[in-house]
Amino acid sequence: MTSTTFEQVRGIASDLFAVPQDQITGASSPETIESWDSTQHLNFVLALEEKFGFQLSPEEMEQMHNVGDVVKVVDSKLQTTSS
Amino acid sequence: MTSDNKSSDLRKEIDDFIATGSANLAALRMAELWRKESGTGTAAFVVSRHEKIRDKTQLSKYRLAILRSFTLEPVLPLLRAAAFVNGIDLTVHLGDFNAYVQAIVDQDSSLYKFAPDGVILAVRTADLAPDLWQEYADLDPDGVRGSVQRVTNNFQQWIRAFRERSQAALIVHNLEQPARPSAGTLDAQLESGQCTAIQQINSDLRRIAGEHRGVYVLDYDGLIARQGRLRWRDERKWLTARMPIAADQLIQLSREWMRFLAPLTGKICKALVVDLDNTLWGGVIGEDGMQGIKLSAEYPGAAFQALQRVMLDLTRRGILLAVSSKNNPDDAMEALESHPGMLLRPKNFAAMRINWNDKSQNLREIAAELNIGIDSLAFMDDNPVEREQVRAALPEVTVIDMPEDPVEYAAALRECPAFERLTLSAEDQQRTSFYVAERERSQAEQTFQTKEDFYRYLEQEAEIAPVSPSSLARISQLTQKTNQFNLTTRRYSEPQIEEMAAKPEWQVLSIRVRDRFGDHGLVGVAITRDENEACEIDTLLLSCRVIGRTVETALLSFLGQAAVARGRSRLSGKFLPTKKNAPAKEFYAQHGFELQTQNSDGSLWQLDLKQHPIAWPEWIKLNKIDGGIK
Repeated sequence: MTSTTFEQVRGIASDLFAVPQDQITGASSPETIESWDSTQHLNFVLALEEKFGFQLSPEEMEQMHNVGDVVKVVDSKLQTTSS
Repeated sequence: MTSDNKSSDLRKEIDDFIATGSANLAALRMAELWRKESGTGTAAFVVSRHEKIRDKTQLSKYRLAILRSFTLEPVLPLLRAAAFVNGIDLTVHLGDFNAYVQAIVDQDSSLYKFAPDGVILAVRTADLAPDLWQEYADLDPDGVRGSVQRVTNNFQQWIRAFRERSQAALIVHNLEQPARPSAGTLDAQLESGQCTAIQQINSDLRRIAGEHRGVYVLDYDGLIARQGRLRWRDERKWLTARMPIAADQLIQLSREWMRFLAPLTGKICKALVVDLDNTLWGGVIGEDGMQGIKLSAEYPGAAFQALQRVMLDLTRRGILLAVSSKNNPDDAMEALESHPGMLLRPKNFAAMRINWNDKSQNLREIAAELNIGIDSLAFMDDNPVEREQVRAALPEVTVIDMPEDPVEYAAALRECPAFERLTLSAEDQQRTSFYVAERERSQAEQTFQTKEDFYRYLEQEAEIAPVSPSSLARISQLTQKTNQFNLTTRRYSEPQIEEMAAKPEWQVLSIRVRDRFGDHGLVGVAITRDENEACEIDTLLLSCRVIGRTVETALLSFLGQAAVARGRSRLSGKFLPTKKNAPAKEFYAQHGFELQTQNSDGSLWQLDLKQHPIAWPEWIKLNKIDGGIK
């Protein structure tokens, strides 16, 4: 599950931040990706919600410090909605 | 996962095309990608790649300003991507939060400095009328009336102020109603209910918009209702980011904006070309026969009737219908003429191609027959292979993607922004009958021995009238879009026409033509200016659908007689050649005018009215109207 989620999150991040997919790792964050600013962070959240069909809470949004965190949040969200 | 793989392949293909300089191919693939998955991620991809090829593609530029009371930033990439794939290069100016009043009222504001072509005013009910939203329960009926009045006055003042400062199109969001009114079920029982009050404002807004040219209402309340009020809203994002719209609904707002941008930028279709088997009816007429095809008020035939109903609605908007179908003509015509389930009949189609030719060849012929550009055609066919063939051969045609299930056909057609119109003229509503009558006319013409016999048989009536408030818009429209029979191709706006008509030496006339097959509507314009002995023809144009049956001679004869009546002895006029007005080239020579001067810009012609009066064609009945603006 996690590896496919990672691929999907990577695809979205690549579109939004205009960075090639293979350069995005779990450690990629606003510090390592220049175009990941606050506007793009909101777009990132919206794109995830659109793609996976859930709404993220402000608390969950705060946990998303890097791509790895995003994958964790998405996976736990998908488990709670599917169970 | 296959769709993800497919779309990542498409992305790679697009980047490869851009790298090798094939901008048009990249643009086509981006349109395909956007059709397959339109959303926030794809939008960012499409926008960033279009930035790289914008200098190499031909897009219509449009400057859009958005005034708002809430976060709309995430909608902009969706809108820009949709605009790009529709051939529009959009530059957007987003106003600051709740700064819309200053922006409108202050004529030095950043709004007017931006010089927009169009402006969207998007204000939430909760921001504009907090008393009618969260504090509604505290209001008595007088208080409700007062609030409705205040908001209506606000809209009136802003719209008026905007019009005084800008000629740009203005699109005003109307106000949304609450999902759960504060009085609960009681709200629907109250005369001064919360929902009723907001509906009242929306109804007033529609009236105010109608009082100004180029001001349009976007039914924001209707959009939210269509999507579902509860699904539309995201309370958490509102509280944290002033973003009240749920992520999966943002695309819907961008699509609603595109419905206005398409007609505002001229990205519209004038004709819809449809297939027959499994599109207009279920089954194959050549195999299933009249009894076998599915077309009735009951399921499954009802789905096809629903689609036909939408097509009829489009004809009321001035959109022409045409058939391109691979059938034996006799089978197909029998169904079109006499199947009891058909809502559409041959008279509803302006052109038909029922044969075994390539659809793209048929589409080219239909465009030529209807005298419209290929980019004005939309195409609907249940067969994906036909759709792809047309897309590949004629990328300028709007191909409508049809859902698998015929029950969804009607909705898919209603969704298409290329059929949106912001205004409607009487000519628009009757357009199909003009073309059908034309088909009958040209069939009749072939049965007559001489042209004169045909002219007499037509029983034409010409109504010539000075410009009036009701004909002003149509006259301006004709000067703007008539290209072929147009001697000078001078384009005039409504205010320019009004200004000319007010001067005593100028005459602005329109001509309306009827014949035994029907009314052509207002189809011609003549503008003249008297100077000393001469009456100079500034503009003379006719819609191509009445050329070649002596209406042009009648109009010229009328101008000559009117000039003599005003004491003039000469008629003069210029022919200014363009790429398209060859049909008018010999007009003055054919009517006895003498060439005065000629250079690369054009030629000047003159006629002595005393020696060579122009005879009125005896087979046309004249109906002269006096009065008008002057």
